Amino acid sequence: MYLALRDLRFARGRFLLMGAVVALIAVLGVLLSGMSTGLTDSGVSGLRALPATGFAFSADASGELFSRSTVTRAEWERWGTVSGVQAAAPFGDTLAHATVTGGAAPGTQVDLAVFGVVPGSFLDPVPESGRALGAAVADEGGVLVSQQILDDGVRVGDRLGIDRSGVVLTVVGTVGSQSYGHVAVAYAPLSTWQKIHYGLPGDLPAAARDVATAVAVRTGAGFDAAAADRDAGTHWVTKAGSYSASPGYSAESGTMKLISWFLYVISALVVGSFFTVWTVQRKPEIALLKAIGAAERYVVRDALAQAAAVLVLATALGTTVGLAVGRTLMGSAPFSLRAAPVATAALSLVALGLLGALAAVRRITAVDPLTALGADR
Amino acid sequence: MSGLRLTGVGLVLGGGDTAVTAIDGVDLAVAPGETVAVVGPSGSGKSSLLAVSGALREPTSGTVEINGLTTTPLSDRALTTLRRDHVGYVFQQANLFAALTVREQLLIPRHVSGRITAADRARAAELLAAVGLEHRAGHRPHQLSGGERQRAALARALMAGPAVLLVDEPTSALDRAGSARIAELIAARTREAECATLIVTHDHDILEYADRVRELRDGRLT
Repeated sequence: MYLALRDLRFARGRFLLMGAVVALIAVLGVLLSGMSTGLTDSGVSGLRALPATGFAFSADASGELFSRSTVTRAEWERWGTVSGVQAAAPFGDTLAHATVTGGAAPGTQVDLAVFGVVPGSFLDPVPESGRALGAAVADEGGVLVSQQILDDGVRVGDRLGIDRSGVVLTVVGTVGSQSYGHVAVAYAPLSTWQKIHYGLPGDLPAAARDVATAVAVRTGAGFDAAAADRDAGTHWVTKAGSYSASPGYSAESGTMKLISWFLYVISALVVGSFFTVWTVQRKPEIALLKAIGAAERYVVRDALAQAAAVLVLATALGTTVGLAVGRTLMGSAPFSLRAAPVATAALSLVALGLLGALAAVRRITAVDPLTALGADR
Repeated sequence: MSGLRLTGVGLVLGGGDTAVTAIDGVDLAVAPGETVAVVGPSGSGKSSLLAVSGALREPTSGTVEINGLTTTPLSDRALTTLRRDHVGYVFQQANLFAALTVREQLLIPRHVSGRITAADRARAAELLAAVGLEHRAGHRPHQLSGGERQRAALARALMAGPAVLLVDEPTSALDRAGSARIAELIAARTREAECATLIVTHDHDILEYADRVRELRDGRLT
């Protein structure tokens, strides 16, 4: 890096400009990563928090399975006997709109993603505050609500009236920040969920008491998904695979990935273009280096080291600024910063930028040392 | 012999109807410690002669020996090593690196060879003193006069202790006093370093500093 470093210092205006462009792309990369993670969290953090390995959906459901699948008691009981299954329990999900009918903020309206679970089953969450779902609470229509609902002003002890069905829920405790389909999660006993899901006032008909959306399963050694599906007549999907079955998840994550990749391709093109122009301008010096005996490898290494220095420094600066800006967005938008996606964004920028630079410095191989003789400099 | 020897060297540029004979059947030997000047008008083949003499271009006929090593047939890598270890160039426009100080101009050939040692730094200081640029060691090319740039280029060319020193129109951008000074310096350093120096020039004022003068016309030495 003998010449590369000195060039950086000597032509610092040029490299600062280029570095600023790379840094801005890095800022954008961090913000996109934060939005992507935030949207993912907002879409599936409730599912992610469930202690299940996967779900068994009805065999005839397809696409957005959580909206279209219905399983019966016979199916979740059958799953409980499958070899390699540690636990199986019915799981229901439905979106509902509720109004605070009693408590600190009467009249407040909230949207809920109601997760129906059997109290005491492996899906029953441990509350962060208040009481757990239990048989006694189930009779009262007790629910555990996530942090976002507390942010709307709802408190433990408040009563929530579900629109049209006449079901009234009592907030008995809280869980952490969880959402599903961009709606805050509320855990309810399966029987309460069934009432909300069918929107029927009064007692449920017998047929509606034995259904759920899917069977949530925790598997262990020796589990054979295909055999279990054949046996129970269901359709097995792993928990990670089930995210794409939640409303809008595939479209959202696909869009964010597309934008991210466009950004990376643009950054590679920008960096590649800069170093192409730079390499063309340096042609006389490259010829001179070769004429005084520099091997091609030396010249390419020097040029790539220069590109790497610009990319790494600018990306580090841009990522730092991006993290600072991102922190101000957290809480006011579906935005979440995690180390792995931010690091992936930064490393991708450096790697693709280097790829662009590599394409540019390949021109070095075409520079004839003879150019140094009588070159007009 | 060591030094530089060209035997029956020819160079044809292009092919077919547009082929041009740049140099034709050139025989030339430059002994260690000797300065040979080749003069000739523009287009006589001076630059081509320098290019084949310095292994920058392969001759189409004949052989070139640099310090006893024949340049053909050698791979690009071997030619690069040959240039690095045995040949020093002083180019027409000095061709200094814009980002490097004068001291660094001298050290970069050593960096290209491997690493810069304390002995290299000492030699660079000694060469800068020899060409009268010790007070300019920290300056960059744009801060130097034309003559100073040529002296810096000469010092760089001598840094690796080359067996052959090739000098291309060293005085084209200099006034008469500057031309005389650089020509005298080249001849003196040639004797001291015992390298074989070939200067191509159209400046007849500097010929008195050469041990021998040959004339190139239409690619042939007379």
